[in-house]
Amino acid sequence: MDRLLLVASTFCFLLAVVRTALLIRTRTFRPGRSNFLAIVAGFLLQTTFLAVRGHALGRCPLTNLFEVFIFMAWSVALIYMVVGPTYRLSLMGAFTAPLVLLIQTFAVLALSDSPHAPKVEVNPWLEFHASMSIVAYGAFALACIAGLMYLLQERQLKTHQLHSVFHHLPPLTDLYAAIVRLLWLGFGLYTAGLVSGFFTGEPLPRMKMVCAIAVWVFYGAILQGRLLFRVAPRHVAMLCVVAFVAAVSVLWAITFVSQRGSV
Amino acid sequence: MNLFCVGLSHHTANVETRERYARAEEMEARLRAAVGCREALVLSTCNRVEVYAVADSAIDNPTIARCLAAADVAQVFNLRSGESKLETCSTAQDASAFYRHEGEDCVQHLFRVASGLDSMVVGETEVLGQAKQAYAAARAAGGAGPYLHRLFQRAFRVAKQVRTHTDITRGAVSVGSVAVELAGRIFGDLKKRKVLVLGAGETGERTARALASRGVTDLRVSNRSGERAEALAQAVGGRVVPFVGWVQQCREIDILISSTASSEPLLTRETLAPIVHVRWERPLFIIDIAVPRDVAPEVNEMEGVFLYDIDSLQSIAAQSLAQRRQQVAAAEEIIAQHVADFATWLRGMRDDARARGAVAHGEVSDTPPLRASEL
Repeated sequence: MDRLLLVASTFCFLLAVVRTALLIRTRTFRPGRSNFLAIVAGFLLQTTFLAVRGHALGRCPLTNLFEVFIFMAWSVALIYMVVGPTYRLSLMGAFTAPLVLLIQTFAVLALSDSPHAPKVEVNPWLEFHASMSIVAYGAFALACIAGLMYLLQERQLKTHQLHSVFHHLPPLTDLYAAIVRLLWLGFGLYTAGLVSGFFTGEPLPRMKMVCAIAVWVFYGAILQGRLLFRVAPRHVAMLCVVAFVAAVSVLWAITFVSQRGSV
Repeated sequence: MNLFCVGLSHHTANVETRERYARAEEMEARLRAAVGCREALVLSTCNRVEVYAVADSAIDNPTIARCLAAADVAQVFNLRSGESKLETCSTAQDASAFYRHEGEDCVQHLFRVASGLDSMVVGETEVLGQAKQAYAAARAAGGAGPYLHRLFQRAFRVAKQVRTHTDITRGAVSVGSVAVELAGRIFGDLKKRKVLVLGAGETGERTARALASRGVTDLRVSNRSGERAEALAQAVGGRVVPFVGWVQQCREIDILISSTASSEPLLTRETLAPIVHVRWERPLFIIDIAVPRDVAPEVNEMEGVFLYDIDSLQSIAAQSLAQRRQQVAAAEEIIAQHVADFATWLRGMRDDARARGAVAHGEVSDTPPLRASEL
């Protein structure tokens, strides 16, 4: 039953992606509500899935890699919707839907949804640590999307090519402001997640800790470096993309290793 | 019942000819009283003067032309009674400039005009506003009855649909509007942006005006000649800054419009480097419309600097225009659907009118009269 919800949710995101692709192909794309509504529908189905799964588990549904990826896809959609009305109806939806679709499809098709662990006593610090970290990834994903959009817009303006399909990209200064805001949001959430990890009362695997701190340092360096070393907005945008790819790889590695360890 | 349009436009007449027929006061009333139109509306813009009318009998082009050219109502009545002195005026020479569209052709013509397809700059939207004004004026003067009311309401709908479903209005097509569009893509809201106009050229002034029309309030003008700077500052609502220290202004401003007569570049990579270092997070948009150029082309390679010279601006404008023209076919399709739909309604109304005519002659008909709601 819960898996059906997930399939329906994936279908909603697929719908948004296909519609955008068709409109871009016919050069008639305009930011509109239909994309946003498809994402909202997908998000509601994701939320229901997580609620059902959480209820069954009696804890936050982050017990395997499959659930981690679904939770991350949900976080991306969540942050997209709270990031502000300016971006919700712009091309950002057209960029967000494919990312959510990619993460979710990968989770559904490639990752095994291993049988749920029996109900054990819930560790609130562990729950908080895991959920905060994943929601932070949602913010970093959005920063990555805004970074890609910034790079596209900047490229168009530099090369004087203004008639591409990406005509509806938001202004450069708005995109940069969104990047910085999302980075701070993600960094704050990630810091909370990281710090709470030390209060779980459970032994911390060294590899996991090193990777998590490396991600934290990377994002911290981007935020501080932009002020201390006057890093140009274009470089900040590029770093957002690189950092997210690195962070997802690390997250996968951490979860994969800890799953193998638990097996 | 005849629905027709008689007029002249930039396609058929030069500006001197067009201004002879530009809208005079109470023209709708004249057309109804003196020429015998049941309904009449005059659309007068800088590119066209057109009369849309409904009449029981055919009214020829020269009569409409003479009515448009007449100085006042009395002259129109003289014209009607054959005492016109207008025979000596230029209406006879201008006869070939007038075109005529009837029935469905008239409907199609208005839909094309309202959608900007017949405009000098394809896709411009100003004509729609002018058509709305003309319609409001005709309504107020009692010139727009059920036919013209329905026709113009549909024309506004068509224009909106064309604008929404095609890219006919997309992209800027003049140097000033391209600059504004680019500024919008870099900065978004322009209200808090600071602009420096360097040099007192005409294109610079036009560009500054275009930016001011989008809300820019902090406009600074710098020129070698203080007097010309003062005059330009007054014209665009800005303030003068000394020419000696204009480079330092680049620390504060967001947009630089340069149009001096200098034979050497005034702004080079070396000059700008320390300034860009200070304002590393704020983009600088440079519009160089001087020939020879005021800004070295390498400046565009600097981080956060977006340099556009006159050629690149004109090229973007030309691309936009070409893109708009590509959209004409799609717009024509939308218009054709509405024309067919309107033609059906028009035929129904004509049948109604005929039936009422038959009733007036003693024949039996249950066809309802023109609906009051149409008004």
